[in-house]
Amino acid sequence: MIKMEKIRKVYNTGKIEVEALRGIDLHIRKGDFLTVIGPSGSGKSTLMNIIGCLDKPTSGDFTLNGRNIKQMDDNTLSELRNKEIGFVFQNFNLLPYASAYENVEMPLLFAGVGGKKRRERVTSILTRVGLADRMHHRPNELSGGQKQRVAIARALVNSPSIVLADEPTGNLDSQSGQEIMELFVELWQDGNTIVMITHDPRAKDYTNNFITLTDGMIQS
Amino acid sequence: MLLKNLRMIFRELSKQKLRTILTLFGIFWGTTSVILLLTFGMAVKSRTSKTMHGMGEAICVIWSGKTSISYGGFPKGRQLSFFNGDAEYLRQQVPLIGEISPQYARYDVPVNVNGKKQNFTINAVWPEFQDMRNMVPREGSRFISPLDMEERRRVVFIGNEVEKTMFGSEDAVGKLMYIDALPYRVIGVIVEKQQDGSYNGQDKNAIFMPTTTYLGIYGDRYIDNLVARAKDVHKTPQMKAAIVTAMAKKYRFSPEDTQALPIWDTTEYDQFLSTFFNGFTIFLGVVGVMTLIVGGIGVANIMYVIVEERTSEIGVKRAIGAKKRVILSQYLIETFFISMVGTISGFLFAVLLIVIINQAPIEDFVGVLILKPSIAIITIIIISMITLIAGWGPAKRAATLDPVVAINS
Repeated sequence: MIKMEKIRKVYNTGKIEVEALRGIDLHIRKGDFLTVIGPSGSGKSTLMNIIGCLDKPTSGDFTLNGRNIKQMDDNTLSELRNKEIGFVFQNFNLLPYASAYENVEMPLLFAGVGGKKRRERVTSILTRVGLADRMHHRPNELSGGQKQRVAIARALVNSPSIVLADEPTGNLDSQSGQEIMELFVELWQDGNTIVMITHDPRAKDYTNNFITLTDGMIQS
Repeated sequence: MLLKNLRMIFRELSKQKLRTILTLFGIFWGTTSVILLLTFGMAVKSRTSKTMHGMGEAICVIWSGKTSISYGGFPKGRQLSFFNGDAEYLRQQVPLIGEISPQYARYDVPVNVNGKKQNFTINAVWPEFQDMRNMVPREGSRFISPLDMEERRRVVFIGNEVEKTMFGSEDAVGKLMYIDALPYRVIGVIVEKQQDGSYNGQDKNAIFMPTTTYLGIYGDRYIDNLVARAKDVHKTPQMKAAIVTAMAKKYRFSPEDTQALPIWDTTEYDQFLSTFFNGFTIFLGVVGVMTLIVGGIGVANIMYVIVEERTSEIGVKRAIGAKKRVILSQYLIETFFISMVGTISGFLFAVLLIVIINQAPIEDFVGVLILKPSIAIITIIIISMITLIAGWGPAKRAATLDPVVAINS
């Protein structure tokens, strides 16, 4: 489903050139649960941004569901992110003034989904992550674990091809972190494709595949 | 989608209550200022032109002066005087004249009503005087008529202040008034009017009678002045020239002598007033637009702050699929919302102020304020343009943020 060949990413910060990724070859199949492990500065986030179509590689080929993203314009990329990719961030990134329901509804609004379908979809996905009784709470009325569940629901609401999670348990206590990990495993067992970035080496025990990133290269 | 968007925008703005309110106030105040300034300008203009016309519209008042050029064997410095027949003479000689009337004046004439004594100015005129000089009789009364002239009736038309002084709160019409110990019947009282320009004093303090009656009693040889109006207002200059020519022929002064026949042409003043007030209104408008621009800068400022503060939020929205134009329109709508609320409340406040001001007794200075639709429309157009310009920069910046950088900010 995702094919990466000789992906390089170079950042130009004034005089210094930083090579964040130096030739990544990666294949993600439908139904995979891939863990990307590596120390900070190893290029994890850059890889994540490229898989998430937020950033384009400097060179190399990247295809998502057989479509090469190199020629796509900003609008097409936005649509792609909306429909094919679900993001889960370390610090949740929920809109503080919107309820859990409204946060989850947002990708559907951008996709232009009609009112009735939207309601069904948001309700069912929030129920799925165990927040049926918290739908109309604002983020500041929710615990960290509940916030991350809202974020996961938001990532899943458009039935994306792939869910990208960037250190989803990094800001949670161990109990909530454990529960979120278990939720991801359940979602994987439901048939979702998941890529998770983490610096916690134990995470790989839950998944069917893992890579370790060091200095912008995959160590296997 | 739009409704959802509006609800979201409203929530976002309410998070920034103080800033939003201050910005709203900028636009609000700008709108109020523009509308009030322009409305004031219009009111002062229309009041001035109305009270100017209290004396009469497009009339010429003609006096006899001193010659300043020696001519036809006469030395310069000769004092001219109009004789009784001059009004008839001019009417025959100058076909451009529409109406003309001689005016005799006598100052400090003792008047007595039931033992109450006071001195007033007496004028003697023709019936034509009424139209030219805006002598509007109060309901149930009238000005001097041709029949009064013919029969030399002892009747007077009096100013409203004369009535107040001599008759108190009583209606003077039909009552007797002793002028120089002779009885006259009051046939009319002038309605109260605003009069800025005057000669021989204000009409409200004067008494008018037919020239025939006046000449029968006082027997004057000379006319104090003439009042004339052209048939066609635009031919006033030609009429003036023809009058000078005719009088120069009769009294033997040089037609080039500008001091022999002083003429007060109110059309010249009207023209000056109209030019002056156009400039005045433009000035007020510019001041108002400046105020609005300051308001616009306030809007741009708050929008930049909002974009800055929500950078990471914008990044998240872009990550979950918001297109650039969704972000752009969100911030444009937000800007429009602020200025719309500001404009509407400013507009309503201006209307309220206009109503209040109209209650206050300042009509003599500025007249009645009337909000013209044209002013409202122009203000709204200008505000929309300023808002669009003010909102475009911040919205554009929000839309072009790099999502990767934005999320992590």
